[in-house]
Amino acid sequence: MDLIRRLFTAALVAGVLSGTAASVVQQATTVPLILEAEKYEVVTPPAASAPASAPETAHQHGPVREVGEGVPTTLDEAMQRIGLTIASNLLTGVAYALLLSAAMLLAGRPVDARRGLVWGAGGFVAVSLAPSFGLPPELPGMAGADLELRQLWWLAAAAGAGVGMAALAFARNRFVIAAAVLAAAMPHLVGAPHPESAEGAVPPELAAHFVTASLGSAALFWAILGAVCGWLMSGLVGEAEHRPALRTQPGAR
Amino acid sequence: MTTRSLHTAAGSATRSAAQTAVAAFAAILLGSFLLYGVGFAQPQQIHDAAHDARHSFAFPCH
Repeated sequence: MDLIRRLFTAALVAGVLSGTAASVVQQATTVPLILEAEKYEVVTPPAASAPASAPETAHQHGPVREVGEGVPTTLDEAMQRIGLTIASNLLTGVAYALLLSAAMLLAGRPVDARRGLVWGAGGFVAVSLAPSFGLPPELPGMAGADLELRQLWWLAAAAGAGVGMAALAFARNRFVIAAAVLAAAMPHLVGAPHPESAEGAVPPELAAHFVTASLGSAALFWAILGAVCGWLMSGLVGEAEHRPALRTQPGAR
Repeated sequence: MTTRSLHTAAGSATRSAAQTAVAAFAAILLGSFLLYGVGFAQPQQIHDAAHDARHSFAFPCH
């Protein structure tokens, strides 16, 4: 179908462009902080409590790895890790672009690159800013509550913020708007799941720097994603409104 | 430009609400599936591959 093909093409292009930009910025900002934080991630000294029953192997423990297992030590490992991160960023871009372009389509309002920028800002608020309000972007080695609880809260905060903004922008019924705003506020009223004691191993300076780096790169990512989505969707959305003849055409017979 | 000329060329095929809904649903379905895989799925290999991206995009990771 023509519409689906063009929708998916727009999302693919927007996702690849924004994911590429995010990859470049992340390699310079967030990723070095992640690698630095992983030095603090491993707290159990490897083979320190090993019994002395195998003395011949003791020599092989010369360069004991004190950093996280995932920290790349060779060029191959480093390249593989960067490659996988870039691939993940591209997939993230395409996934968010599909969701954003679907929202543009359902809203049915005209879009272009500039309006797309506003849509992108909305996406940033929904999935970056709103969840970060309760669950700050976290480095490896930071203390956190149960993962599934945090994922659920993240989803609720993001979906709530998205629904709330969409209702404020497009809804006419004030009860719908009130319910949507309540849905946006509810996860924050309930509160994000936090660990009993916030005693992570990562230095607070590193963690604070990571929060701003993560939000900053996400803002750039969403600006590009929204603008490109809006630009490529400009011929697809909003024109149906100017065609009231849609219902009178007996094409369906 | 090309998108516009394509659209006017296919102008007779006026889009129905059903077509819009199907396209939006397909995009939401695939987008959610990809987002789950890259941001939330917990099998070790997927987690490791997407690790740095998850942290950078502030998905809950560990």
